[in-house]
Amino acid sequence: MAETHSLQDLRQAAVASKVFVQRDYTSGTICKFQTKFPAELESRIDKVQFEETIQTLNNLYAEAEKLGGRSYLEGCLACLTAYTIFLCMETHYEKVLKKIAKFIQEQNEKIYAPLGLLLTDPIERGLRVVEITIFEDRSIGSR
Amino acid sequence: MHLGVEEPIRECQYNQICTHNSSPMDTPHIKKKKNKRKWQVFPGRNRFYCNGRIMMAKQTGVFYLTMVLILVTSGLFFAFDCPFLASNLTPAIPAIGGVLFVFVMGMLLRASFSDPGVLPRATPEEAADIERQIDANNGPSGPGYRPPPRTREVLINGQTVKLKYCFTCKIFRPPRASHCSLCDNCVDRFDHHCPWVGNCVGRRNYRFFYLFILSLSFLTIFIFAFVITHVILRSNRTGFLSALKDSPASVLEVVVCFFSVWSIVGLSGFHTYLISSNQTTNEDIKGSWSSKRGKGNYNPYSYGNFITNCCAALCGPLPPSLIDRRGFIQPDTPQPATQTNGTSACPPNQVQSHMGPGRGGSSLRREPQTSLSPDTSSSSSGEIPRCSQAS
Repeated sequence: MAETHSLQDLRQAAVASKVFVQRDYTSGTICKFQTKFPAELESRIDKVQFEETIQTLNNLYAEAEKLGGRSYLEGCLACLTAYTIFLCMETHYEKVLKKIAKFIQEQNEKIYAPLGLLLTDPIERGLRVVEITIFEDRSIGSR
Repeated sequence: MHLGVEEPIRECQYNQICTHNSSPMDTPHIKKKKNKRKWQVFPGRNRFYCNGRIMMAKQTGVFYLTMVLILVTSGLFFAFDCPFLASNLTPAIPAIGGVLFVFVMGMLLRASFSDPGVLPRATPEEAADIERQIDANNGPSGPGYRPPPRTREVLINGQTVKLKYCFTCKIFRPPRASHCSLCDNCVDRFDHHCPWVGNCVGRRNYRFFYLFILSLSFLTIFIFAFVITHVILRSNRTGFLSALKDSPASVLEVVVCFFSVWSIVGLSGFHTYLISSNQTTNEDIKGSWSSKRGKGNYNPYSYGNFITNCCAALCGPLPPSLIDRRGFIQPDTPQPATQTNGTSACPPNQVQSHMGPGRGGSSLRREPQTSLSPDTSSSSSGEIPRCSQAS
């Protein structure tokens, strides 16, 4: 069984490769990532776990971009105050982005770092990809 | 390693090494480098002001013309026509005019200064990954042969949409995104590049642009109508020519308003149509969703009814900026490609931002990385220059 790594250990480990999960545009322009399991991760993580992570991410982004009473209210209020209201309060989208950042950190600490993987928050890549860094697993020996 | 300068201990002795830094390796003559902000190394052709808070296109001349026209015309209206109108008709006129004017200026500045929705360029690893995928699909090609334009097809809501590959930004553009050649950026939901506003109009500032032209139409018509009223009321008392002599500014205002009202009202009407059908100017001009292209051609992004389309465009959630202009460059973050062809040396300021304290000054030349496949037209730039540091 692979030796478990902590998030700190990973910072010193060598990067073996990176996998990129691309956007899924079949539902339009909303932010959604493909849930297809990349072949490079087969030996590292359980498929179901991975898909669950991506699906939760997708749900969070859908919540950020949802059109509904709340977003319309925020939009109208902002327009009436000439958008100065955003000087004192965060937009709904920004609040959800913070939630996503926390979620990714949790996932990294609990699930991915022990397996020698690291998820990068998509916002740091312009919401284009979910970048998964695969670290060399030195404990088992070289590949 | 300190310099080993031996000096007799005097009252005005120098401190050996600045001990504020944790690393004692620094040579004392090098100042601690301030971390650069990301806007300072932004690869597009944009201008930034207020330490990255304001973002505009490179050519801003026409924007200043817009400002001058609006300020001068409104200024003349408030100075010369409003006193008469307020005293003879109602003080509500300058009040409403004032509110309209403030709203117009607010929307103009917001549209001009915000990030339109620029998509950041791909990091080198991403670009390499996409190249690998494309090569796998197309098969290898000989050197010097430029492969056919790269596209991906995706089915959205029953319509086949082609996603194009951007050679400059090294990404497959999301649907509705387009590359602005003036700003050299890919912009999400690209509408058009507006020289009057001095910026691209895209996903993040379209509503401000629309509200600007809509409120400007009202302001223009408002000023036009009330200046005419003013001149007519004066003419009733003193005759037409002496009325014009008494308030010469009115002539200028009428001329400016008359010539601008057609284009601005027309533009407002056009954009109202675009919003209600959820299209961009780009798509409309190309006729992407026109029924003339084919029987089954329709707009897959439209919500069906024009009220939802309007609400979505104007009151929908405002996505945050993806380019993080004011963030600091982290030394270990991969930087995207800044050059598209030719040179393999990265600009000196980018090299310096990756160097630790105490090494600054020397111009390091990076070894060209062969991470990208040889048939690309772009250079292998953008890799972190760790390899060339002699440590």
